[in-house]
Amino acid sequence: MTNMTEHGAIDCDVHPGVPDVAALLPHLETFWRDQAVDRGLNSLDSNAYPLKSPLTSRPEWRGKNGLPAASAKEVGGQVFGRWQAGFAILNCLYGVQLLFSEDMAAAFCRALNDYIAREWLDRDPRMRASIVIPMQNTEYAVDEIERCAKDKRFVQVLVLAMQEVPLGRRHFWKIYAACERHGLPLGIHAGSSYRNPVTALGWPTWYIEDYAAQAPGFQSQVASLITEGVLAKHPGLKVVLIESGVTWLPGFLWRFGKFWRGLRTEVPWVDRAPWEIVRDHFRLTIQPFDAPDDPHAVERAIEHLRSDDILLYASDYPHWQFDGDAVVPAGFSPALRKKIAIDNPLATYVRLKEDAR
Amino acid sequence: MNIEVRARDHGQNTRLDIVDCDFHPKLTIEQMRPFLSNQWWNYIQTYGNRSRHGYSKGYAYPKMTPQAARRDAWPPGGGLPASDLDFVKQQHLDFYGISAAIMNPLSPTGQGDMNVELSVAMATAANEAQLANWTGRDPRLKSSVVVPYEDGVASAAEVRKRAGNKDFAQVFMLSRTGEAAGRKRYWPIYEAAVEAGLPVGIHAFGYSGWPMTSSGYPSFYIEEMTEHATSAQVMVTSMIMEGIFERLPELKVVLIECGFGWLPALGWRLDKQWKRLKDEVPHLKMAPSEYIKKHFWVTTQPMEETENPDHLIEVMNWIGMDRIMFSSDYPHWDFDDPFVSLPPTLTDEQRRKIYSGNARALYRLD
Repeated sequence: MTNMTEHGAIDCDVHPGVPDVAALLPHLETFWRDQAVDRGLNSLDSNAYPLKSPLTSRPEWRGKNGLPAASAKEVGGQVFGRWQAGFAILNCLYGVQLLFSEDMAAAFCRALNDYIAREWLDRDPRMRASIVIPMQNTEYAVDEIERCAKDKRFVQVLVLAMQEVPLGRRHFWKIYAACERHGLPLGIHAGSSYRNPVTALGWPTWYIEDYAAQAPGFQSQVASLITEGVLAKHPGLKVVLIESGVTWLPGFLWRFGKFWRGLRTEVPWVDRAPWEIVRDHFRLTIQPFDAPDDPHAVERAIEHLRSDDILLYASDYPHWQFDGDAVVPAGFSPALRKKIAIDNPLATYVRLKEDAR
Repeated sequence: MNIEVRARDHGQNTRLDIVDCDFHPKLTIEQMRPFLSNQWWNYIQTYGNRSRHGYSKGYAYPKMTPQAARRDAWPPGGGLPASDLDFVKQQHLDFYGISAAIMNPLSPTGQGDMNVELSVAMATAANEAQLANWTGRDPRLKSSVVVPYEDGVASAAEVRKRAGNKDFAQVFMLSRTGEAAGRKRYWPIYEAAVEAGLPVGIHAFGYSGWPMTSSGYPSFYIEEMTEHATSAQVMVTSMIMEGIFERLPELKVVLIECGFGWLPALGWRLDKQWKRLKDEVPHLKMAPSEYIKKHFWVTTQPMEETENPDHLIEVMNWIGMDRIMFSSDYPHWDFDDPFVSLPPTLTDEQRRKIYSGNARALYRLD
């Protein structure tokens, strides 16, 4: 087996823990702090990641209280220590994006981003983070991007894969303009605001169905962003699909591309094949790498992507996606391993190239 | 490398035995009238069919051609595309030398109507109308048992009524069901299908009543078309995870017009997650991809178009050349021509299987 770690890699998907709402209280404005306390709002954990599910954290990565990824030190030890990454991008999944009140959501996003800056970024200079935004209200979302973008350690804007309405819809475009203006990719992470059932056939029975449905959820968002013309309007925008799975992409693009040929008069601003747009604008993190374990099968799956540029190294720590230290599955060539670990992330996250702060 | 971009010559193809696994006869409401009670006939005249979307006529997303049909499929003698058997023969069955066609009638069949009792009445009428107007007039045609799938018990009764009738080749559902297809409410349908020795054909389309994406309604018809594959993915996932194949090991499911390029990747994804989450679904006795291999068949149209033709062959091999069945989707706009739509690099043996052998075995056409 080759060396499993990529020295100096940029780990594009790491999840910092938020133990409970109390951790955010110091960062909430007084009114919202009072609201949280008076109303007994203790937890915003999302159903997308049941706390005790083995997928939510590999067992040995849980602390004494059962919670994983509780501190910058703990996460750094694994990601920078054991796996030798040079940088890590923190994508916080605490469920502030699920709140129904626009005002409360905006307040909790501000608190969450400040919590990440103070409790995580300040404690380890190798950490970077995504700006969590309140998609409940576009103006608030843009405000939050403007507020956080001043801190160059924020390198991306983070939204969930399943939204109230598809991400391509025009009223979101101010968000994409802000992303483009500040050199922030739009990161779309697995998860749902639970405004709609997680499948087009209603609410599924089992958690495994919910998690499996994330991949079709991403397919819908890629179709929406392309058909609505987001990438035609914002040629500088990069979109990163995070924890999306990877192997669904070619099959999705074949079908989408075929219908684009037949139906393009409906969306005339989509002036080239979807797979070309995807190769220019979209990136995917490698975990979970949803191919068979056989290295030859992995090689074939990569070949079907027809691009060395679109994959980004990511451990998805502490989610349990692989065993041992196989962050990169067997079947990636040495050249591709290096490319996804450093070159591709640097080309995607332009702010990583600038000095921190 | 030289790549053949066209199928071999016409003469060779005409000698092929072709079974079309997705032909859409247009039943008219008048053809169904003799099989509907006066009460339901009057109801339909007054209130009409109400699909789970807002428009009383037409579609939630306007099609790109009238009736989503080929522009040349309108019969010269009048009527809707594929409503005139003689013209269907001339333009499709005889023209391509098709030796058998599985009929999958779409609206008006009442499937997925807001009024389930209306669905029950119309399903029976649609089945009778197929026999009276189509299978009775051309032995190449095989009917599908239209079932009012939102009522599992009534659907099972309809299937049992048709059991043993060789004019029926499969049980017919649409993919956008009100709940995912693995849920218990649909189990009576599958039990009856197995009992009758019929595969269950699930055709893309329908309106579940839920948004077409997990992020709400998309804007465009092109998205509606793309989303059929996402619906099919969660449908297959549901059927596996609910354990229906453990309960009914003989159940066979045909994915019609759902595409197939997504199927291997779905199996891989489910296997990967099952490895981690199998304690949640202890009723599964094998990896999800094994259920897919054992229980699912796919039809070809709309044929996947890969950038690299070798990738298409590879995907077909991953699914299994014995699980892929040719379909044309006549008379719709995205019709696949039997003479040119399959990749030219398939071996003769593979072509024989896909054009007819697999369908003959599954549907017991001989």
